[in-house]
Amino acid sequence: MTTPLIEVEDLHHHYDDGTAALDGIDFKLHPGESVALLGANGSGKTTFLLCLTGLLTGHGAARVCGLPVDKTNLPAIRRKLGIVFQDSESQLFMPTVLEDVAFGPLNLGMDPVAAQLRAREVLRLVGMEAVAAKAPYHLSAGEKKRVAIAGILAMQPDILALDEPTTFLDPPAQRSLIDLLRGLPQAKIIVTHDIAFARAVSTRAVFFDRGKIVGEGPVDDLVRRFAWDPQVESPGHAARYD
Amino acid sequence: MHHVVLERWSRGASPLHRRDPRAKLFALAVFLVTLATARRNLVILAPLLFLLLAAGLLRARIPLGSALVRAGVVFTFTVPFAIISYLTGDPARASSMLLKSYLSALAVLLLVSTTPVPALLRGFEAVGAPRFLLMVAQFLYRYLFVISEEAQHMRKAALARGATARATLARHAKFQAAAGAVGALFARSYGRAEDIHRAMLARGFSGRFPAATPLRFARADAFFAALAAVAPVLARLAAERVA
Repeated sequence: MTTPLIEVEDLHHHYDDGTAALDGIDFKLHPGESVALLGANGSGKTTFLLCLTGLLTGHGAARVCGLPVDKTNLPAIRRKLGIVFQDSESQLFMPTVLEDVAFGPLNLGMDPVAAQLRAREVLRLVGMEAVAAKAPYHLSAGEKKRVAIAGILAMQPDILALDEPTTFLDPPAQRSLIDLLRGLPQAKIIVTHDIAFARAVSTRAVFFDRGKIVGEGPVDDLVRRFAWDPQVESPGHAARYD
Repeated sequence: MHHVVLERWSRGASPLHRRDPRAKLFALAVFLVTLATARRNLVILAPLLFLLLAAGLLRARIPLGSALVRAGVVFTFTVPFAIISYLTGDPARASSMLLKSYLSALAVLLLVSTTPVPALLRGFEAVGAPRFLLMVAQFLYRYLFVISEEAQHMRKAALARGATARATLARHAKFQAAAGAVGALFARSYGRAEDIHRAMLARGFSGRFPAATPLRFARADAFFAALAAVAPVLARLAAERVA
């Protein structure tokens, strides 16, 4: 078995009011894997991603590419684990698309000319080269998502973490995102409520419930086990809504 | 929104846009000092300086009428003081205040509409302005967009639920609704700002905005700085000679 890219043992995180957002998470991600994180809103999926990147502080053991997630390793960890946030609007903050995509490489200390070249390269990869000079707020939701992904890919991470990437995307944009993600070699963690999308892009899934991982396996097994398919009525559903 | 328009103007491609921000800052400083220290014959000097600025705006292909109107924003602050000066029997000071403030605002507008804010702040940094202040300015500028977007979302949501300026609400209810909306706007903007900061940290932000294009002070910049600094001084000398 290969060394895991992410290794988490007994990870806890509490909100300021004392609520346990993560309550003893154990998780591993291996190279080449693509794992969907399923579960209800507020079950801890996004908090888990934020803890992995050190944007929130958790208690327990978490290692990314062999590096413990602590203050001293944060720059290296953020270079290795790129996170694409749910709301692309918040991720795109520079005046032009090109500058936004070059922001990460420049922060890594890359020369401005090389950073712009790399930014153009990843924009080409995600099919967004034509909008390089545009202001990000002029783009459609699907374009913003692609540019947000480009901003992360420009940092050449080993792992991609995507938080509800299909939010605001129409079906063609979702299909195009699936094609894009399938073509990327990085290991992926994908938080999603979209079961069809999870089936299309992930090799396995884990199910979160109230801060714990309560199930792990193929997407369809978990969907059946936790009655998580929106097309299928859960037991008791008819009784509740009739 | 003002800042969106200025942002668009600043992304132009005229010779003025291409000049190094340090050259433009130097020219602006000379212009402002020349104007602020002028005491005599402002009636002649002001039109000359106005012509210089108008020439600059036209050269930069900035819509002249729109720029002139936008510079008038400064009157919000200076007109009350001008009125006080006038009422206390000093009409010369009142008119001088209005002329100088308007020309200063127009000069600043010419600078910011030909220089993208990140480049402008890099120019300030290069001439030794404190980095902390510049970072505050940069965040303030970025979050202006956030606040304006949130305000637009809230306005749409309110309109969709029948809100109009003429809604039949009692005055105190209108005030309450407006106060509540401002509070909600800042709470939402704060949340968005936090998300943006998180996204920046996730991409390696360490407290300093990286320069996407390095500043280069070329011979053309030196020539521009010299010309733009000499012009207002000559205008003042000419105005004083007439006096």
